[in-house]
Amino acid sequence: MNALPDSAAPLLEAKDISLSFGGVSALTGVDCDIREGEIRAIIGPNGAGKSSMLNVINGFYHPQKGEVWFRGEKRGKLKPFQIARQGIARTFQNIALFKGMSTLDNIMTGRITRMRAGLLWQALWHGPALREELEHREAAERIIDFLEIQSIRKTPVGRLPYGLQKRVELGRALAAESKLLLLDEPMAGMNLEEKEDMCRFILDAGAQFGATIALIEHDMGVVMDLADRVMVLDYGRKIADGAPDEIRNDQLVIDAYLGAAVQE
Amino acid sequence: MTTQHQPDTFPKLLLRNAAQFADRPAVREKAFGIWQEWTWAQVREEVFAFAAGLAQLGFAEGDKLAVIGGNRPRMYWGMTAAQVLRGIPVPVYQESAAAEIQYVLEHAEAKFVLAENQEQVDKALEIAANLPGIARIIYDDGRGLRDYAKDKLCDFAEVRRRGREALAREPQLLDAHIAAARGGDAGIILYTSGTTGKPKGVVLSNDNIIITSRNSAAHDNLTAGEEVLSYLPMAWVGDNIFSYGQAYATGFCINCPENESTVAMDLREIGPTYYFAPPRVFENLLTGVMIRMEDAGRIKRAMFSHFMKVAREYGAAIMRGAPAPLFARLRYRLGALLVYAPLKNTMGFSRIRVAYTAGEAIGPEIFNFYRALGINIKQLYGQTEGAVFITMQPDGEVHADTVGPPAPGVDVRVDDDGEVQYRSPGVFLHYHKDEAATRGAKTGDGWVRTGDAGYFDRRGHLKIIDRVRDVGKLNDGTLFAPKYLENKLKFFPHIREAVTFGDGRDHVAAFINIDPDAVGNWAERNGVAYASYQELAAHAETYRMVGESIEQVNRDLAADEKLHASQITRFLILHKELDADDGEITRTRKVRRSTIFDKYGELVDALYSGAENRRVSTEVTFEDGRRGVIEADLQIRTLRPHAPRAQAA
Repeated sequence: MNALPDSAAPLLEAKDISLSFGGVSALTGVDCDIREGEIRAIIGPNGAGKSSMLNVINGFYHPQKGEVWFRGEKRGKLKPFQIARQGIARTFQNIALFKGMSTLDNIMTGRITRMRAGLLWQALWHGPALREELEHREAAERIIDFLEIQSIRKTPVGRLPYGLQKRVELGRALAAESKLLLLDEPMAGMNLEEKEDMCRFILDAGAQFGATIALIEHDMGVVMDLADRVMVLDYGRKIADGAPDEIRNDQLVIDAYLGAAVQE
Repeated sequence: MTTQHQPDTFPKLLLRNAAQFADRPAVREKAFGIWQEWTWAQVREEVFAFAAGLAQLGFAEGDKLAVIGGNRPRMYWGMTAAQVLRGIPVPVYQESAAAEIQYVLEHAEAKFVLAENQEQVDKALEIAANLPGIARIIYDDGRGLRDYAKDKLCDFAEVRRRGREALAREPQLLDAHIAAARGGDAGIILYTSGTTGKPKGVVLSNDNIIITSRNSAAHDNLTAGEEVLSYLPMAWVGDNIFSYGQAYATGFCINCPENESTVAMDLREIGPTYYFAPPRVFENLLTGVMIRMEDAGRIKRAMFSHFMKVAREYGAAIMRGAPAPLFARLRYRLGALLVYAPLKNTMGFSRIRVAYTAGEAIGPEIFNFYRALGINIKQLYGQTEGAVFITMQPDGEVHADTVGPPAPGVDVRVDDDGEVQYRSPGVFLHYHKDEAATRGAKTGDGWVRTGDAGYFDRRGHLKIIDRVRDVGKLNDGTLFAPKYLENKLKFFPHIREAVTFGDGRDHVAAFINIDPDAVGNWAERNGVAYASYQELAAHAETYRMVGESIEQVNRDLAADEKLHASQITRFLILHKELDADDGEITRTRKVRRSTIFDKYGELVDALYSGAENRRVSTEVTFEDGRRGVIEADLQIRTLRPHAPRAQAA
């Protein structure tokens, strides 16, 4: 998977992005491309603008400057659900699941953008709505099987431990069968074993569901093992971009991030 | 019980079942949240297609098929398919590390491997790199295997497809093989979990399994209508009898759980009528019920405790059909309506007709709890070498402290050293490639040594106290039966494991492992903060609770004529859980005494030195195979023994 040709078509391209909130500039002139089928990591110290970048990519923030191209088309201002329909799904740094609903129902919500039956049919729970529900349920069950969460299928997610909630959230993102999957710190707060599981799921998700993945992660070991390419942000600027090995030896990165972490 | 005209091999049984029970369910598996079902006719088609496919790949008579994986229909079919070709299945404990599996595969000279999924394929590939004798690795679930080199690897479905093609060309392909097989032929090799040294391959004939299955099924009137949950390790003889031998012999349906973590839920959905579980499972279930009852509302709690009292008093007698006062019967009825039935339903025991437990002693309170609820749980005693059954309790003769009279067709005797010996239709052929061990296990006059010490009580029921070689003597010459003591300790919910020392010593001392669930729950309830097992184990209150339990055991022992000197006077709580990954217990959770003695020698010395504490560092193996070291400062407590009392408890 590491042998992607450089010429692989970018699935998404963000060009010269600048974003500020009032006087605070979160991103300054950042270029970012995500190629079809790769695992792309964004790293950087706290407050470097990683989550902002992700929010720009999925259209939640609209940058003051710069443009986003997705699947060869320039993107205008879209509502979040329109972007979801376009084929971008994401998970959140702070888990954003429906706590009172079961794992299965949460994953089913990921299918909503793909449901076509009209409101009337849905209400009657008959004909096309029922057929469609069965299809979606099967897709959800495949994801449950894939993530090995059969034992919590009917458990309300609010009762699950953190690591499992993260997994359910990944499941919901996968359920949308998106072209691009954005994961905001998928392994934050997990223990080693949970991290290893999550790594395997992310790698397999790429292979099995054909998803392109962009992720933010703090655990350097994880990022270097997992990602095909890594982009490093510091104070809203891109300071490096390349294969994990290049990043590991980049002096700017060591100073900004890795070095600082050691000193702490 | 004539055996002359009965099918004497599994393929022949399969043909009979496919004819007799064609449309009845044979196997169910929960996949994608729905129970999928195969009838006996479909199972015949699957098995024969896979067998023909195996033959196409070069699997021949006498070849061994190693089966590594969980209870999946295809794993069971693979075993029968090997038997169709007169080959020998060798199921392997799937949790074992690659090195342990390699020993078994090398010793058994396995030529083919049937692996459940990527996890097992990875191990099989690692092993195959060292064992050129492995020709093929066939996998059931192909997830994650897309990018693997395919030279030795092939998909179950692909083998089956080739088999179907071969059978279409030549429908009689397998008939000669099936007809040629005999009951006396070796049918399966089951490796013992290796409590002592390397695992031994127990070779059982088709007769061993089939006749024993038939006899035991008749003993409990098992029919084709039973429902069984197949969740026990396939490499264990118990699963080979309960989910395979008896299923084929009677035609009942086995149900494969979705995965290991859903067993409890699947149990509830299936509601088996016939069930086996080691005592630990019943124990954990009861602990779970008790913990949840403590969280219940006041009315429910009062109802539970009232009706459980009624059940304890009359439940067992009512189930036995013994006389009970009318009023008591009415109260029991009401209890059944309000408490017992809902409780049994939550546990998945609503439909149980017969349940067995074996392997370790079960606490009398636990045992009686289930019987009081009207669950017909009974005990049996057995071992791999005898195709399980040596003794089993018939209905109406069930006691918590014995394992019952000899099973049908089995003779049992106790020799002069107190060792239990038996002969039966289930007696194994031999240990695979180990004649010396075979001679050691069988006596000259045709009996098998169990290695267990025991005696028959006045009712003619066998009572097992310990392994013969573990029974020792204290310095004052009195009997020391470590397992007997450890079992007494383990009956307390907050003690998970115990190891006692005393042979050749002046007094008895013990290592304790607490039960992190039970003690953790107590800690949560009482606002005790802890970050790890180690911290919880070292807590002063934990020590106090364990100390009280030991006091109680000592009081019981003080009343025992033979064992009053075995009171435990010193103990410590270990800083880590005894773990099969560290070789301290076997996969079936039996304590490996010598390993523990070697590993924790300095702690044993400390127990007998009078020290108050001892600093240790211990190497541990994590679940992913990495190693680490944990250090701890262990406290040692001293207890005062009770004066011997003459009367029986």
